[in-house]
Amino acid sequence: MNVPQKSPYKAADYKSDISPIWCPGCGDYHVLMSISKALVALGRAPEDIAVVSGIGCSSRIPAYTNCYGFHGVHGRSLALAAGLKVARPDITVLVMSGDGDGFSIGGNHFMHACRRNVDMTYVVMDNRVYGMTKGQPSPTTEPDWDSALSPGGTGLNPFHPLVIGLASGANFVAREFSGDIKGTTNTLIEAVKHPGFSFVQILSPCVTFRPDEREWKNTVHKPDVEETNDPARAARRIMTDDGFYTGILYRGDRKPYATHVSDTFGDTATLEQEFAI
Amino acid sequence: MSEAENDFESISIAIVGSGGAGAITAGSIILEAAGKAGWYGMMNRSVGPQIRGGEAAALVRLANQPVDCMAESYDLLVAIDWNNADRFAAEMPLASDGLVICDPERGPVPDIISKTGVKISEVGMKDLAAAIGGGRENMVALGLAAGFIGLSIEAIMAVIANKLSAKGEEAVTAGRLCVEAGAEHSATHCRNFNAGISAAEGDGRWLITGNEAVGLGAVRGGVRFAAAYPITPATEVLEWLAPALTKIGGALVQAEDELSSINMTIGASYGGRASITATSGPGLALMVESIGLAAASEVPLVVVDVMRGGPSTGIPTKSEQSDLNIAIYGCHGDAPHLVVAPLSVGDCLFTGQWAIHLAEAMQVPTIVLSDQSLGQARVLINKPADVTFLAKRKIYETNNDEIYSRYALTADGVSPMSIPGTPGGQYTADGLTHTIKGTPSSKNSDHIDQHDKRLKKIENFNYGNHWAKVEGDNASDITILTWGSITGAAREAIARLAKENIKVRLVAMRLLAPFLKDKFLESLEGSSRILIIEQTHSGQFHQYLRANCDLPGQIRHFHRPGPHIIGPDEICDQIRNWEKS
Repeated sequence: MNVPQKSPYKAADYKSDISPIWCPGCGDYHVLMSISKALVALGRAPEDIAVVSGIGCSSRIPAYTNCYGFHGVHGRSLALAAGLKVARPDITVLVMSGDGDGFSIGGNHFMHACRRNVDMTYVVMDNRVYGMTKGQPSPTTEPDWDSALSPGGTGLNPFHPLVIGLASGANFVAREFSGDIKGTTNTLIEAVKHPGFSFVQILSPCVTFRPDEREWKNTVHKPDVEETNDPARAARRIMTDDGFYTGILYRGDRKPYATHVSDTFGDTATLEQEFAI
Repeated sequence: MSEAENDFESISIAIVGSGGAGAITAGSIILEAAGKAGWYGMMNRSVGPQIRGGEAAALVRLANQPVDCMAESYDLLVAIDWNNADRFAAEMPLASDGLVICDPERGPVPDIISKTGVKISEVGMKDLAAAIGGGRENMVALGLAAGFIGLSIEAIMAVIANKLSAKGEEAVTAGRLCVEAGAEHSATHCRNFNAGISAAEGDGRWLITGNEAVGLGAVRGGVRFAAAYPITPATEVLEWLAPALTKIGGALVQAEDELSSINMTIGASYGGRASITATSGPGLALMVESIGLAAASEVPLVVVDVMRGGPSTGIPTKSEQSDLNIAIYGCHGDAPHLVVAPLSVGDCLFTGQWAIHLAEAMQVPTIVLSDQSLGQARVLINKPADVTFLAKRKIYETNNDEIYSRYALTADGVSPMSIPGTPGGQYTADGLTHTIKGTPSSKNSDHIDQHDKRLKKIENFNYGNHWAKVEGDNASDITILTWGSITGAAREAIARLAKENIKVRLVAMRLLAPFLKDKFLESLEGSSRILIIEQTHSGQFHQYLRANCDLPGQIRHFHRPGPHIIGPDEICDQIRNWEKS
């Protein structure tokens, strides 16, 4: 995608007049801001962008944009978005999810979306908790995090989204922190521009159920190595990850999923010949 | 056809063998050759769950007029071998004057067959095939069947030459020698069926399965996107659509599961393309949450459910009508949607196309309830007429003078749908209760307004006469009330009873939901006895009808689960017994 030197749009063009339901201080406000800024830089008209999501706090985001949106069922946003993109390759498709929606109920679709490599951008706002249902552990929650549903913690190792994304074949893998609006915006621009399936995990604190995550702004750090197009290098690096470095990890060159659907459709009469005897 | 042949006549043969022995291939060739000879016919298969080594039976019925159901007894059984005979024997009872042809080298005739007292003719199929270079037993079996019914070798060779042309002249010659050897052995039993029909009568004839027909109907109706997850017995719908869509500029995506395929379908349709997916009961069960999403967000789509025996994994390869309840009631919440059912293999084409039309015109998810007995059956039919439905999806076009409301309350309940890329038409489709603009809302008035809107659009739509096939004798006080695949057997039963001067009316429902109470009751006017027939264990159709109206007159209910398909004989008996009582 060519990015215009000077965008004809401003951030307000991508925002709706609906007030978010998020708690004051929620990291998702920053994500919404970064998305608007990235879309301005990309310069695509709001009507040419679709924002697709599932269920959860973060998944409320489509209605807060002025793009086309789909707020679907829990966990299936990637499938819905793949259908949309294959049917309408001319539309820029962003999929917005959270750690519960994307990695638990939607975990299987995550792997297969990476593998299928349809040209779209998958943003997971990871706060390591189910916020909308008021504080249960998610697949990225630490094993000893105490909650009413799992007293004393789950005892389970957290899921490592970047490892799975890379191993499953995502063509672009990155992590950002919601509070770093500039870094997040830049990575989102690169993710959308990159052909194929781009996966961006955004650490986005839940100040209500995980007040400890306010500290993330002091924890995140830049990696000490550059991004790579070599999956083996990316894999070595990600296996020593502390979960808090930010930036682009991997930018591959796998061919995106081929889309066939066009505006000019052939005649169905030719299909009927096979039935004549 | 000459006047002397006006009486309906049919002949039925079964070719059985272990999976991989080629019984199904032999049956397919006979059916196509019969079409070339100017006949009509139908073929189904009875297969076990194994890919290789289970039982496989080709069940072929040939007739002088179109047929919509299989016969209940067989005139000829050719057994390439007797493996798993106990599993299929019950499904293919032999006529009292029937014939069994088998190979003595494959062991004794099983008790279940021999105790019926039918005539048995022993032919060394294995030896005959072995004596011909490149010969195969199933081709000998094919010849035996051809000789029995009196189907010309030339009609058979026209099909074989076409199928084996890639394998070279030698393969075709070996095929001919096998067929001739078989035909010679069975010539003494020849029934000379349909001798009066000429090949010219087969001009314009089609050979098609229900699964192919529903796919063709879908693309005729405008489908340009399909999402697929393989499942027996629906996979052929998707396998037909995959290359077909590519040829006309559409696309099929293979999904990771049915949760994904239904959502891909929703996404593509939201993008403005008429979309479809096909599955069977277990897949439909996974899809229902998202069918509710399509209902709430008003995204048109079609799900074809080719039903099989249930519950759970059930009998994947055999037919049943027991997904009626989940199709109608499966969604949580009140989620108005459509349920339609093809009434014959050929009608899969019309109903498939009609389903797309209905879904698009009303922006509503639509479930097509086909079943294994329709989907995997192959029929010889006259080329179906082209059908055109006028109403298309109501699309929003940019209008700078007004703010777009995706879910505006309109007179007919259908509101213009904006397609991504349309300036000024941006909205968020949502499974949450929403305002007319699509904004999430938990207000009582929004909830009720949108409920009313979605129900109104499907209740007020003009379905015309397509909602049911209503035929037979209007003066009759007895009516057969059925739906879907049972219609073929019911029609044949009614035709037989007419010859006995027993007049019966048929009401076969193609539109199951919404329930058109006025039209339904009107179709039963003057009827004092109703026989309800369905292929379910619990009587789901009967319960559904009872839930929706007070049925007039006396009611009888004939139902059983699959896999033993209800046939015309049994239906005739039900009616005759009622006449006597």
